[in-house]
Amino acid sequence: MLILECPCCGVKADETELQAGGEAHLKRYGPGSTDEEFDGYMFSRKNPKGVHFERWRHAYGCGKWFLAARCTATLEVFGTYPAQTKEPPADLQAKIKQKRPNWEGYK
Amino acid sequence: MGFKRYSAFAVAREAMNYHLGWERAWGSPAPKKKYDVIIIGAGGHGLASAYYLGKNYGITNVAIIEKGWLGGGNTGRNTTIIRSNYLQDPSAAIYEKARSLYETMSQDLNYNVMFSPRGLLMLGQTEHEVRGYKRTVYANNLQGVATEWISPQRVKELVPIINIEGPRYPILGALYQARGGTARHDAVAWGYARACSQMGMDVIQQCEVTGVRTEGGKVVGIDTTKGAIDCDKLGMVVAGHSSVLAEMAGFRLPIESLALQALVSEPIKPCMDVVVMANTVHGYMSQSDKGEMVIGGGTDGFNNYTQRGSFHHIEETVRALVETFPMISRLKNLRQWGGIVDMTGDRSPLISKTPVDGIFVNCGWGTGGFKAIPGSGWAMAELMARGSSPLAEEFSMYRFREGKFIDESVAAGVAH
Amino acid sequence: MSTRLQKGGRLIDRSRSMSFTFNGKKMQGYAGDTLASALLGADQMLVGRSFKYHRPRGIMSSGAEEPNALVGLGEGGRFEPNQRTTTTELFDGAVTSSQNHWPSLEFDVGAVNDKFYRFLPAGFYYKTFMFPRFAWKHVFEPVIRQSAGLGKVPHARDEDRYEYAYAFADLVIVGGGIAGLAAALAAGKQGKRVWLIEQTAHWGGRAVVDGVQIEGQDADAWVKETLEALEGMENVTLRSRTMASGLYDHGYLLMYERIADHTPGDGRPRHRLWRMRAGHIVTATGAIERPLSFAGNDIPGVMLASAVRDYVVNWAVSPGDRTVIVTNNDDAYRTALALLDAGLSVPAVVDARPEAKGDLPEAVRARGVKVLEGKGIAKVKGGKRVTGVSVCLQAGEGAELETIPCDAVAMSGGWSPVVHLWSHCGGKLNWDEKQAMFRPDPNRPATGADGEAMVTAIGSANGHLSSADVLADAHKAVGGKGAAPGAVCATEAPIMPVWIMPQGAGPALRFKMWLDPQNDVKVSDVQLAAREGYESVEHAKRYTTLGMATDQGKISNINGLAILSDSLNQAIPATGTTTFRPPYTPISMGAIAGEARGEIFQPLRKTPMHEWHETHGAHWEPVGHWRRPYCFLRTGEGVHDAVNREIRQVRNSVGLLDASTLGKILVKGPDAGKFLDMLYTNMMSTLPVGKCRYGLMCNENGFLSDDGVVVRLTEDTWLCHTTTGGADRIHGWMEDWLQCEWWDWKVYTANVTEQYAQVAIAGPNARKLLEKLGGMELTKAALPFMEWREGTLGGFRARVHRISFSGELSFEVAVPASEGRAFWDALIAAGEEFGVMPYGTEAMHIMRAEKGFIMIGDETDGTVIPQDLNLQWAISKKKEDYLGKRAQERSFMASAERWKLVGLETLDGGVIPDGAYAVAEGHNANGQRNVQGRVTSTYYSPTLDKGIAMGLVKHGPDRMGEVIDFPVDDGKVVKARIVDPVFYDKEGEKQNV
Repeated sequence: MLILECPCCGVKADETELQAGGEAHLKRYGPGSTDEEFDGYMFSRKNPKGVHFERWRHAYGCGKWFLAARCTATLEVFGTYPAQTKEPPADLQAKIKQKRPNWEGYK
Repeated sequence: MGFKRYSAFAVAREAMNYHLGWERAWGSPAPKKKYDVIIIGAGGHGLASAYYLGKNYGITNVAIIEKGWLGGGNTGRNTTIIRSNYLQDPSAAIYEKARSLYETMSQDLNYNVMFSPRGLLMLGQTEHEVRGYKRTVYANNLQGVATEWISPQRVKELVPIINIEGPRYPILGALYQARGGTARHDAVAWGYARACSQMGMDVIQQCEVTGVRTEGGKVVGIDTTKGAIDCDKLGMVVAGHSSVLAEMAGFRLPIESLALQALVSEPIKPCMDVVVMANTVHGYMSQSDKGEMVIGGGTDGFNNYTQRGSFHHIEETVRALVETFPMISRLKNLRQWGGIVDMTGDRSPLISKTPVDGIFVNCGWGTGGFKAIPGSGWAMAELMARGSSPLAEEFSMYRFREGKFIDESVAAGVAH
Repeated sequence: MSTRLQKGGRLIDRSRSMSFTFNGKKMQGYAGDTLASALLGADQMLVGRSFKYHRPRGIMSSGAEEPNALVGLGEGGRFEPNQRTTTTELFDGAVTSSQNHWPSLEFDVGAVNDKFYRFLPAGFYYKTFMFPRFAWKHVFEPVIRQSAGLGKVPHARDEDRYEYAYAFADLVIVGGGIAGLAAALAAGKQGKRVWLIEQTAHWGGRAVVDGVQIEGQDADAWVKETLEALEGMENVTLRSRTMASGLYDHGYLLMYERIADHTPGDGRPRHRLWRMRAGHIVTATGAIERPLSFAGNDIPGVMLASAVRDYVVNWAVSPGDRTVIVTNNDDAYRTALALLDAGLSVPAVVDARPEAKGDLPEAVRARGVKVLEGKGIAKVKGGKRVTGVSVCLQAGEGAELETIPCDAVAMSGGWSPVVHLWSHCGGKLNWDEKQAMFRPDPNRPATGADGEAMVTAIGSANGHLSSADVLADAHKAVGGKGAAPGAVCATEAPIMPVWIMPQGAGPALRFKMWLDPQNDVKVSDVQLAAREGYESVEHAKRYTTLGMATDQGKISNINGLAILSDSLNQAIPATGTTTFRPPYTPISMGAIAGEARGEIFQPLRKTPMHEWHETHGAHWEPVGHWRRPYCFLRTGEGVHDAVNREIRQVRNSVGLLDASTLGKILVKGPDAGKFLDMLYTNMMSTLPVGKCRYGLMCNENGFLSDDGVVVRLTEDTWLCHTTTGGADRIHGWMEDWLQCEWWDWKVYTANVTEQYAQVAIAGPNARKLLEKLGGMELTKAALPFMEWREGTLGGFRARVHRISFSGELSFEVAVPASEGRAFWDALIAAGEEFGVMPYGTEAMHIMRAEKGFIMIGDETDGTVIPQDLNLQWAISKKKEDYLGKRAQERSFMASAERWKLVGLETLDGGVIPDGAYAVAEGHNANGQRNVQGRVTSTYYSPTLDKGIAMGLVKHGPDRMGEVIDFPVDDGKVVKARIVDPVFYDKEGEKQNV
């Protein structure tokens, strides 16, 4: 039963208020992309046992999407940040690296 | 090991000696340097893959490597439902193959897996669902899967404890598979392990894979906590952890790992012989031979490797079933648990070659793997031994690239 | 025999007598009794039968760990099976019955299994019952099923109600013994929001029974004083009868409050299930005593030593007149003292340790009781009740030294901390060799959202068994200021682990040593599992069913895994434990479901016209959380006739459809047109203000996901209609793209579905009807087909769309939701002269099928792309991109082999059954019949008086006129001709007038 803090409205939202949206920072491939690129965008997933960047919507709250860095092995939440971000904020990455020294980093 | 045959006579004979004469059901060998085939994962699917490699193709120089204890993953955590009333041809083919192998599994393995074809109902509770199930019945009859559409009255006869006249979602009928049912999940893993062991295969428990070694795009072996082991072919059959292993081998899968939960009530005297699935309201229930009501529902929504789920999913499932079977309101929940299921992009499995020559995957069974175990093993063995298998054909991991999905949500909603 | 003592009993109120029945026999107890203490007080030791061998079972414990004493409680709508008597408070008029026997508790035919016990070892069923093959389902399984199961099946509908509650706290302390009380006091003084919960109705736990002195007074007095102090703190909440059922991630603690179990029918909810979010959880859950494994340890009258003491002290009940105590530790001597204090006889204390010289043994000796050191029990004598014990050397093989007549045995094998909550979210344990127990490893706790520890174990739950240590641990754990409350208690000599008694017992004795008395798992069974290779603790559990009974191993697990470890010749921690899973003790399904049942099972969405429908014969159909009228039944009319009547009315005059459930999403902003061009397959940016356009939406995987009419309201505002089921989903979908992908686009969306009531007025007289209301020009010239206008109709503010899903002249009118009902009433009144009537979803479906219009969910099923439905005309060729476009370029999506939409007409005019498939020649590689198409919509058309259908057929549009076969029920085949899917008014003249 997760609690994630919505970076938009600041509410510490209960899982029942949230809707999970899968892996974050996927680059969209549209017409003109190769089959491999499109397949990768649509279906291939990192699905790591460990640090995961993911999408959430505060569906029964402010309605905004946001992103979270979370450990899928312990459910520890490293931080949440706005969806309008191309990659995880540097300070968040540093914090994760400090807590998970073996983490290979965001790529 | 001599492997005494199991029978009532053998039990009676051993009883005279306080059962001190029984031997190990399976061995506990140290790994050899090399095997023709290594299967990673001694769950039902991995063990069945190995078993049919030996039984159907005479390939017995096989090791089955298990991180924990055999059958300790989803094989030992599911709600043991067996059915093959799937809509799409490839699914119906492999699940029906599995179901038919379940019919004779106890005799094949000389281990009673208690396959009980007690019948299975999928309730129709909206017009849309009714149409989907009627479509499934027509499809099934052409696929050689015996199913029928039955009336609410017939549902009530089969399941006296059901409420067919709920004010919100009255039961409009059901998709009925008379030869669907349940089996004893642990026994399936144990029976296969014993049979593999009898064929001379090595079931190696408490052995974690730490690396996959390849040369020139071809697999040559694995590294484990019990040392390096070489092989010609490698089968990865590890459900929720498939992505982790694929990462070791250098490729990615269309897989996400999610928690799926189940629960049982305290045992009561028999009151429901059939398995009932109610997909509109999200819940399914059967009664075990021990008397517990075995209950399952939908998956949690987020990536999770903890084997723990969120309570609100349990709530949703129990609400659905209290509405469907009002009497369970006065039963008590004895235990709840979770497993990690591997979900693909179309919720259908992968039985596939991979970008690495000699590596095959069998995963992505999502919430419905138990019922498929023998069929999955049969197809995986054929694919690994011969390079192709009609049963596995459509379950290639490359289908997503072509847009050729096997989507079962069409008729069946969510649950398995 | 067990009896009620003349005096004493901390918890009972002798002035309040309560009567109850057991198996129809009338019995008496007192207020404050549990069912178990009342039964014992009435000399009812035999209370049930075991699961497998149907052996007689008596009360073994006094708490949550009870494996045996389960009864059916209550009657009718308040009957509940498997009620644990040790934790059920007695109430006046309670009706109870024993379980799992036939015909009676005293004489149970199933007990014949017990005679064959040697043929029924662990897992015997895996080795047998395999031949002949059909016999499992038809012979063996039915027999096993009948004899298995425990309690009776409830039949009547539950008469009780249940409620949910939510709470937040900084600190939740679980367990109201002295540890929990001391922790709550210390934490409360720091101003934290503290909850202290206790599963029983009483505070103080074991210390009050054991006569501990705390802060210079009796534990009872200290508990009372502490409770008063806590009650005076506003920041502290106390809840008794509340059990922490499970700990879930991020501090989510599930708590089960039994409000009215002891006052059934008083109108209060029976149970309340609390969803607590705790900043931190302290487990002060105490410890559970372990049985000892000796032959016959399952015979009624053999009880846990602490339970015997509880019954004497708390309820003034003596389990027996002569109680032999058998132990491997000092604590059990407290039981001897309690029995002696109550004037009862203790013939001997049998102590497995070579020497028993501590304070407590000496105190017992001083009272004249003989202490047999280095001895064990070879076996217990008796059947349905203990009659004596046979004493042997613990170090030997069981040769009898003497027989001691007795009618009760109090046993203690040591204590196991209750570590369930600690473990639920991944807290790990250490094996404490000295105390022979698993205790929480403070370095490996369950962690919360921040990655820090979220659980702390204190007191006995943390492995501290003396009251002084318990209080010190509790005080320190919560950062208490000053000194911890001090306690005075006897010092105890160390325990000596004893897993089997006597040490050298042979197979015959091991076959009679019960580990799990409910499931009939014995020492020999676990040894058999180990011998056969079921070496993992999980294998052994599942093979033998050890710990799978209703007590979930509280009694049996540690003893069982010690035996397993011994068999495998490995240390106990190498074997490990099975996983601790919620709930701690079973909780009612009713409480989990809460109030959500019947009409309020799920929220019900209602249109403004819902009540009108309800009073006018609506035959409902659930659509998402809405209910829509499928048709409106008139008195004596069947569904089919009603649908046909409604269609004829629309085709010939005018009908009304409540279309309010259709999704309505406003999309506004400078980039709204650009956005909608990405969302829809067709071009929406070019739609002129004042006009409507039908649009298709695909998901990114290319499949058709929704459709509807898009209306351009102003230069920068569009109104998108979606399907009923699609409204929320599509709105979420829009927001997803706007927030996560095109966040720099200036677009704003609002889901206004419920802000408007919408009515379709369809039929040749539709215009006439609306003109009667007046207020707007509705001529073809003023409002042409596929345009819209705003104005007033009969005084209602209205937006009128000339769109048609029926193929008739049709206006869809949106009015503010608050005016919806009045508008509907006005339409009904104005339409009287045209015979106006409402029509339902089925008439709507049939009329659209007559017109060849697709329906999302019928023609589509998540695997269909617009091209399959010949909707290329709605896919813009000019656009570089739209959602789903790339996906549709993949090889299988672009294949000419895909099935395409056609009409189907049976040769005999009949209706093709829903869902039928058209067969092709031959079979595929898996032996399945090849198919070439399927029906997607099929109806009897009252307009055309014949069956019509749409379907997807391989190369369908190129095969017009061809006849294909649909095998249906009973070997029959329906032959159908491939035709154009538009069956009615192909030119569209009727809708465009």
